[in-house]
Parts: sequence; C-alpha cells; structure tokens
Amino acid sequence: MSKTSRTSITMPSSAKKGAIIEIRAIAQHDMESGFRYTESGKLIPRDIIRTFTCSYNNVEVFKADFYPGIGANPLITFTTIASDSGMLEFKWLGDDGYEAVNQARITVS
Amino acid sequence: MAAPADLSGKKQSSYELMSAENKAMQDDPTLNPAMFWVAEGESLWQAKSGTKNIACSQCHSDLKKSMRGVATQYPKMIKGKLQTLEGQINQCRIGAQGAPALAYESKELLSLTALIALQSKGMPIAVNESPQNKEELKKGQQWFNKRLGQLNLSCAQCHEDRAGLKLGGSPIPQGHPNAYPIYRLEWQTLGSLQRRLRNCMSGVRAQQFEYGSPEMAQLELFLMWRARGMPLEAPGVRP
Repeated sequence: MSKTSRTSITMPSSAKKGAIIEIRAIAQHDMESGFRYTESGKLIPRDIIRTFTCSYNNVEVFKADFYPGIGANPLITFTTIASDSGMLEFKWLGDDGYEAVNQARITVS
Repeated sequence: MAAPADLSGKKQSSYELMSAENKAMQDDPTLNPAMFWVAEGESLWQAKSGTKNIACSQCHSDLKKSMRGVATQYPKMIKGKLQTLEGQINQCRIGAQGAPALAYESKELLSLTALIALQSKGMPIAVNESPQNKEELKKGQQWFNKRLGQLNLSCAQCHEDRAGLKLGGSPIPQGHPNAYPIYRLEWQTLGSLQRRLRNCMSGVRAQQFEYGSPEMAQLELFLMWRARGMPLEAPGVRP
C-alpha cells in the first residue's frame, strides 16, 4: 500500500504571459535519515522523500532530488515562466512507496 | 502576588530574538510547517470518536466562535483541579467521547492543541490570580525559583536574572510561553510547552517533571500568569 501525507502548494492563480512566477511547495514528512537509533539501540530505517517534480502542461519544468541530510517537512521555492494557461502537477515520491500529488491551475493572459 | 516576577522593563517575546527568515516562517501560514498539524486538527475536530461516537464539533459547534480566546485562559481551575489545555482536551475525550486519553506529544494531541491555540492568535494571555488558583500559582512560582539538578540552577537565574544575555552563543529569552505549541526547528516537529520545559530540566541535569503532572501544570500556570497580557502567537516557530 502506498503512503502519503499532507502537502501544499502556494502559487498565483493568474499571471501575465512571460512573467516569472514563484511557486512554493511544502510537504509534511519526517525525513527519517536512516542514521538514527531508537532508545533501545535499534537502527531506524531510512524513510525520506526521494524526488520532487513539477510539470507544467505535462512538460517537466523543475525537478529536485532529496537526500538524507534534508530536514523534516521540506519546503521548496522555485520559479518558472508563465507560458500558457493550464495545469501544473507536483509529484513527491519517496521510500516505502510514498507518493503525494498536487495540482494547481493557472490562467495566463 | 509579590513582585519578583514582574520583569523590569517590557515583556519580550522570543520572537523578537529570531532571524528575519524564522520570523517570516512563523508569520506566513504557507511557510509555517505547524499548519500541517492545524489541518490535521481540523479533521480530528470533525471526526467521531470513542464509545459515545461523538465529535468535538457536535458539542462545541463552530470552532471559530467556541474556541476563540480559550487558549489564553489555560491552565485554569476546573472542578477544583488545575487543568492544562492538553489535560482538558483529554478530559473531554474521556468524559464526553468515551475515548482513551491521547499521549503527550502524540500527533493527535498536538494537532488539536494547535488548532485550538490558533483560534486565540493575537489575543492577550488572560491568566490572572484568583482565590481558586492562588495556591497553585504560588507553588508554580516556587518551582520557578527553586534550584534544580546537578547544575543547581533555577528557571529564574537564566530567564529572569540573565534574560537578554547569551548562553553558548544563543540569546537567553525571557521564557514566556506565548507561542505554544511551537514548531521547533531543532526538534524538526511540533512540541508542547511541557516538552520545552523538560528540555531545560534535562539541560540543568535535573530529574524531569512527568508529562501531565501537577508540578508541570503549576509551573505552566505561573509562566502564563507571568506572561499575562502578551499576545498569543501560536502556533509559533522557534529555532
């Protein structure tokens, strides 16, 4: 069974054609590094988000790889150019079948 | 009560000691990771639970009205017992819902506390001395001034006498509980005031008060009384 968690996207819902828009994506995730031990000395297995991708009308415009050094509840801020009206899809993939997807619509005038 | 807890000068939230980035993280709900717990709290608020199969929302109806200002009054005396906000949430679960109490620092209890505290954001802390809480408040003050642990330090020695100075490069705050539950970057998660207090106790190598103990409630009461009038920032972000 796949795991998921709360994620959230902040971006403008409309923009002028050619404008640079800022997108913020944040996910609720423990980002367990795989280097920590429990109080009884057992290794806690790694459980992190591995990749984040943003596609704009099915074209990939941004991708990030995640590593164990990244803290819990990661926030990504990036920019892209508003080219056409349509749909942005954000996908988080991680260990243990973790998957979370967000969608946001933008109107470009 | 006597004067010692009256800080000379102005009460200062430790928000003022934070970097611009951390301040922005607290102020902007799209950046504040604690909002995930608030969202979780909203679904718990609506969820039916316990043997009586009833949700928080069925008794308390509109959250924004019924819980407005509630967090500014805790800990308070309820039926002769000093009750913290977390304690009262659990009291509701056991009594009204017929559900088991939630563990301290569990995601569920933190989520509900964060949701309720958020309804009082910006409102002044309204814990005052009353004939009912007088005894408990006095005990809380005694804990605050009592030297504890192998380092033999009291809360007051750092957070009163040395507030504004530095400890290992970090500023010593006045120690006001005006933003709890907080998202502490060091913890990488949301945590309660009691967790923070236990942090300090382990720092001075003292035996920590238990979660939900009467001593914790007394100390919480004194701290809230000491911070009375300060606006609540919950859920806050701290480094």
